[in-house]
Amino acid sequence: MIADARAARDGVGESPLPLLDVRGVTLQYKTSDHLVTATFRVHFQVFRSERFILLGPSGCGKSTLLKAVGGYLQPVEGEIRLKGELVNRPGPDRMMVFQEFDQLLPWKTVKENVLFPLCATGRFSRKAAEQRAMHYIAKVNLTKFADSLPHTLSGGMKQRVAIARGMAMEPDMLLMDEPFAALDALTRRKMQDELLMLWDETRFTVLFVTHSIPEAIKIGSRILLLSPHPGQVKAELNSLPRSGGEADPGALQALEHKIHAMLFADAVEAPTGTGVEA
Amino acid sequence: MSEHVMRPEIHRQAVDSAAFGIVQKPLSARERVFNHGGVRKGLLLIALALLWEGYARLLDNPLLFPAFSSMLEAFFEAIMSGTLPARAWVSVKVLLMGYGAGVFFAAVLTIIAITTRVGTDLLELLTSMFNPLPAIALLPLALLWFGLGNGSLVFVLIHSVLWAVALNTHSGFLSVSPTMRMVGRNYGLTGLSYVAQILIPAAFPSILTGLKIGWAFAWRTLIAAELVFGVSSGSGGLGWFIYENKNQLEIPAVFAGLFTVILIGLAVENVVFRSIEARTVRRWGMQS
Repeated sequence: MIADARAARDGVGESPLPLLDVRGVTLQYKTSDHLVTATFRVHFQVFRSERFILLGPSGCGKSTLLKAVGGYLQPVEGEIRLKGELVNRPGPDRMMVFQEFDQLLPWKTVKENVLFPLCATGRFSRKAAEQRAMHYIAKVNLTKFADSLPHTLSGGMKQRVAIARGMAMEPDMLLMDEPFAALDALTRRKMQDELLMLWDETRFTVLFVTHSIPEAIKIGSRILLLSPHPGQVKAELNSLPRSGGEADPGALQALEHKIHAMLFADAVEAPTGTGVEA
Repeated sequence: MSEHVMRPEIHRQAVDSAAFGIVQKPLSARERVFNHGGVRKGLLLIALALLWEGYARLLDNPLLFPAFSSMLEAFFEAIMSGTLPARAWVSVKVLLMGYGAGVFFAAVLTIIAITTRVGTDLLELLTSMFNPLPAIALLPLALLWFGLGNGSLVFVLIHSVLWAVALNTHSGFLSVSPTMRMVGRNYGLTGLSYVAQILIPAAFPSILTGLKIGWAFAWRTLIAAELVFGVSSGSGGLGWFIYENKNQLEIPAVFAGLFTVILIGLAVENVVFRSIEARTVRRWGMQS
């Protein structure tokens, strides 16, 4: 019963219309001498306030899939709809948080970086935008560094700025492409906790790409498992309910093993991929 | 077989940072003076001037190689009489016109080049065709088309500036990281606002290099062109000043003319470009 209540609070309970609808999406990209199929007829739906994880090994096309949702890439088959609208170009209604630290504009301070998309889209007046930017900078605990330039910050701080920048836009969906992968283990853990705390406050919808099973279970409310070469949906699982920080270790281990077994069931298969992390 | 001794664990209480005050060591006066780039360069300049003076006195042939001191004398004399500043001003005016126009055309060409594929081909083709062509080689044609006057000078200046700036700017645009491009497009920026807000600042180190090279090319071309066709409508520039004085065997004044070119070059490099650099690429951490 407690789990049910928590599930309702976590927003796992589905509303009738999906926020994001990915239908039979096949993605291909060209390298200099190959046409690589990154994903094959991938199908999933994301509902409001879900923390939806794309999980899979290298080469399963999870990042490519995220870029397609971001509008950087057109599917060769199938369609991607956000709130019923066909996604065909990048836009500020789907803010991206990248893995790379160079996603912040080095010529703008922390505050200007967060402010820039707010002003560039013309959705807010200068004053309202400024208030909003400072609000979200405070949320990621960077008020003291609002006037610093990105190259003076640590990796974790840069990622926090990127998250603040994404959240300040209050997009329909936050797209995160392994945002913590380049961080050290301690910082990564802290950032995961912070992200969940932010989610508790604002209930944003996030599509999160990772290759780490523990991270997927910790961050996600729902996990899409993809198999590699080309990426195909293996399963769509519910993550564990969050119970005040640490999950029940038994259940955690069981789920980890289950996912591990599913991902590596056909690991004996010859690695035919080009080695390109899509 | 040695028994491994289990060492005890150690726990310490960290000292509060307020307890040990400010940890820093002041630099010595010598270190502080030497940390200033201007001081280091000034010392080098003085050393070079002394070397010049010494060698010239050793040679003792003021007609071929006047001493630094006699060059300085001629320099101040020419400044006092007002001829040198007037000549320098004529040169700088033409230079700025040509440089400005060259940079403008370079901007137009590169923007076309990054927005269309044909534009890229055009830029690559034109730069590989015209960049190796010395601007001075176009001067006879320019004189034919634009006559004896500033028109011809501006024409050859544009030619000398355009390709260097366009090439550097374009390669700068190409080297902007894919992540940063995606960030810009994520904001919904397109076309000119995308170029102005993302590409230009991100490519600024290369653009600045292009501007510097263009500036040096422009100077060289201008002085050479003035030496070739000299005076136009009674008021020549620095090149003409040098040529004139050579004809009158006023060799210290020839050196004074060259010295002026060097001085203006040093000032632009160390004052104008340096302060742009300090305010942009250095501040942004894109260049150390």
